[in-house]
Amino acid sequence: MTLSPLSRRVLAGLTFGVLALIYVPLLVVVANSVNPSQSMTWPPDGVTLEWWRRAADSAGAREALVTSLQVAAVATALSLVLGTLLALALQRYSFFGKNAVNLLVILPIALPGVVTGIALNNGFKGILGVDLALWTIVVAHATFCIVTVFNNVQARLRRMGTSLEEASADLGAGVLTTFRLVTLPQLRSALLAGGMLAFALSFDEIIVTTFTAGQGATTLPIWILNNMFRPNQAPVVNVVAVVLIIFSIIPVWLAQRLSSDVEGVR
Amino acid sequence: MSATSSSPSDIRPGRTTDPALRGPVARPGSRLLHRMVWLRLSLLLSAPLAWMLLVYVVALAALLITSLWSVDSLTSEIDRTWTFDNFRTLLDNEVYRTVTFRTLGVALAVTVIDVAIALPIAFYMAKIASPRVRRMLVVAVLTPLWASYLVKVFSWRVVLSEGGLADWTGLGSPGYGLTAVIITQAYIWLPYVILPIFASLERVPDSLLEAAGDLGAPSGMVMRSIVFPLLVPGIVAGAIFSFSLTMGDYITVNIVGGANQMLGNLVYINAGAANNLPLAAAIAMIPIVVMLVLLTAIRRTGALDNL
Repeated sequence: MTLSPLSRRVLAGLTFGVLALIYVPLLVVVANSVNPSQSMTWPPDGVTLEWWRRAADSAGAREALVTSLQVAAVATALSLVLGTLLALALQRYSFFGKNAVNLLVILPIALPGVVTGIALNNGFKGILGVDLALWTIVVAHATFCIVTVFNNVQARLRRMGTSLEEASADLGAGVLTTFRLVTLPQLRSALLAGGMLAFALSFDEIIVTTFTAGQGATTLPIWILNNMFRPNQAPVVNVVAVVLIIFSIIPVWLAQRLSSDVEGVR
Repeated sequence: MSATSSSPSDIRPGRTTDPALRGPVARPGSRLLHRMVWLRLSLLLSAPLAWMLLVYVVALAALLITSLWSVDSLTSEIDRTWTFDNFRTLLDNEVYRTVTFRTLGVALAVTVIDVAIALPIAFYMAKIASPRVRRMLVVAVLTPLWASYLVKVFSWRVVLSEGGLADWTGLGSPGYGLTAVIITQAYIWLPYVILPIFASLERVPDSLLEAAGDLGAPSGMVMRSIVFPLLVPGIVAGAIFSFSLTMGDYITVNIVGGANQMLGNLVYINAGAANNLPLAAAIAMIPIVVMLVLLTAIRRTGALDNL
């Protein structure tokens, strides 16, 4: 299109400006992890490793991290199985109510977080009459993680087509053998991408988690939330935040390496 | 063709290409699976469908029913007689109306700001930047999606704090309040708005824009009458994301919102400390109804068809 050089330059400036601004708050957090001032006044007037030492010694943060990893691992495993089954059913067969099932998978993530949270909270406490615990978080997380695995696997199945599977069946392989030796290997990177997303989603979730966490079930986001407002703990929270920022580079790096294999992010 | 099919190797059992006549290669269970499509389908569907129905659909239905119950004020047990009292409370009590409008206002402001920022960025990424720069920009937009939500809210709490970066730059911090909530939420959901708009812009062929230019349309007119109509589905998708995500969020307002409350806070307090699950359920119906109304209205315009 014939845009004047000026408007091109304005658009470029705006784009790079906003994208740079997106990273400013994160960089401030990184810088503040060595800021000697406990109330994190800007600019820092020195460098200290005190907060990093305190964070390394913080048993609460460590336990919360382990809890979060456990929850995310189990929720991811569940959603990998359920999401793959669902994607196979919806992509390879047509049946009555297919659209409804499709909608149902998206619903937990499409509805506002508080709705999913209170629905599950009420379901556990009011209807089933069970006490909230750690497993109730896992159930909640698996429910909204299914969609990420489902999306990735379904996209891959659509692109794969059925000819290889048909060839395998024609050569005499049974249904399960075909799945194990032909379908599954082709799904590998889609499962990796979907699983990675599910893990990240669960590891980071806070809204539904606050509604489904029992007493003493402290995931890392809950720990951060509880400690953020304590003046003497805030710098430690800041260090944990930096660690999480560093962690979040891993999936980006992995996705780049798999780039030709990975179908978008959501 | 006939020569190969009559070769002796094809007559042997186990080598025939017709699955129904297959010999000892596939085990009986597998043969049954192969023939019974419905059996395969129900084996695939039963586990995930049972999970979604038992965990989620039942929970949503129960939420609706619970909103029609009440809590005995003396024993604080749930009284399971049907009543519209909760909804009457929502209508009559000033607090709920104020908080509802505040929540909708914040969600609307965040959506408008995000769409306004996302449009030029998505346009630059899809139509002006070179392929190499475009790939770089997509990564730059995607990367913050992986950063923890709480870390992002926390970072704004730090930036907007007294004596923080915002004060230092001389712009001045608005302090913790609704403005801070809007800034933070717009920041967090921006990538979710850029991506669908970028995706729908990428599908607009460049030749279409060149043709319009060749026919003498000034670039403002090309934008208005060609680019924008083709972008509507992407904008709608992004707007729904940011609106729904903001409406369902109550953590940000806790962290940077000062004493303000959103609908989610009222739901949380009633489900927990106030021990009034039925009222919490009734409050949760507000965002559900808003989303339903919004989606139906948008569906009427046809913008959802090509999502």
